[in-house]
Amino acid sequence: MAAAAHKIDALGQFELTSVFGPIGASVRFTQSNMLMLIAAALILGLLYFGMRAKSVVPGRLQAAAELSYDFVHRMCIDQIGEEGKRFFPFVFTLFFFILMGNLLGLLPYSFTFTSQIAVTFALAALVIVMVTVVALRIHGLRFFTYFFPAGAPKLLAPLIVPVEIISYLSRPVSLSIRLFANMVAGHVMFEVFASFVVMLAGAGAVGLFASIFPLGLNVVLVGFELLVAVLQAYVFAILTCIYLHDAVHLH
Amino acid sequence: MDVLAAKALGAGIAVIALAGVGIGIGNIFSALVTSVARNPSARDQVFGIGILGFALTEAVALFALLIAFLILFT
Repeated sequence: MAAAAHKIDALGQFELTSVFGPIGASVRFTQSNMLMLIAAALILGLLYFGMRAKSVVPGRLQAAAELSYDFVHRMCIDQIGEEGKRFFPFVFTLFFFILMGNLLGLLPYSFTFTSQIAVTFALAALVIVMVTVVALRIHGLRFFTYFFPAGAPKLLAPLIVPVEIISYLSRPVSLSIRLFANMVAGHVMFEVFASFVVMLAGAGAVGLFASIFPLGLNVVLVGFELLVAVLQAYVFAILTCIYLHDAVHLH
Repeated sequence: MDVLAAKALGAGIAVIALAGVGIGIGNIFSALVTSVARNPSARDQVFGIGILGFALTEAVALFALLIAFLILFT
């Protein structure tokens, strides 16, 4: 029976394949890399074509560019303070790269490069290394007082300091796994419900009718995943801002 | 007990963690609703924090889900 033969291959969609024929294969240029380039081109295109008109009353594209700029700018200043303007380009790049990656992944036949732990961990490691370098440059060795909150009893130091160090070091792990797991879980859910449709449709007339329900659920899931895509990019950016705030102000 | 059955059981046990996450997310949104009801003008500020808390709590659920996937599919 066809329905029983179909097996749910939930993780097959995350396999990397090389694109552009033999040339791409020889340099290991995968669809993940291609999507990254497309994401970068889309952001640049939005900002370039959006801001070319420079009219006082913005058109649609210009409004999108201005709103996105203003959104991240406000987030930086709200979270980090006035010094946040210095880190605005970094946070803006990060936010839109992840946002485009998440949203492009929702297109059919596309690939989510943020569903690769290598990509998200590289981004998170970049954030943490930058935060540490910023903190060391601003505060010098005084940065290490960060691991012992002012006003805590001295007797508790052997307990607090290791806990603070562990929590500091686990930041890149939680930051990367959050984004990666969200994307993987969402796409696995798509796959599972789509498999239900195929299995039910193969099980005769009643199954064909029943297969409408998982199909409808998948439609709802796409809407939910749109929300998750934006939310996770926002969370990644705002946590970067919070870490930068800690680095600039030391608690 | 064969390996497949043990895998299915293990994945099921792994997602018990979702109970705690459910309680946590419920708490976050109940607090969010309460605070907005008390002071509607604070909505914009509180909403961002609420969503942040939601995302941080949801991450725990995803860790559990990830373990379940690892058990099931590898």
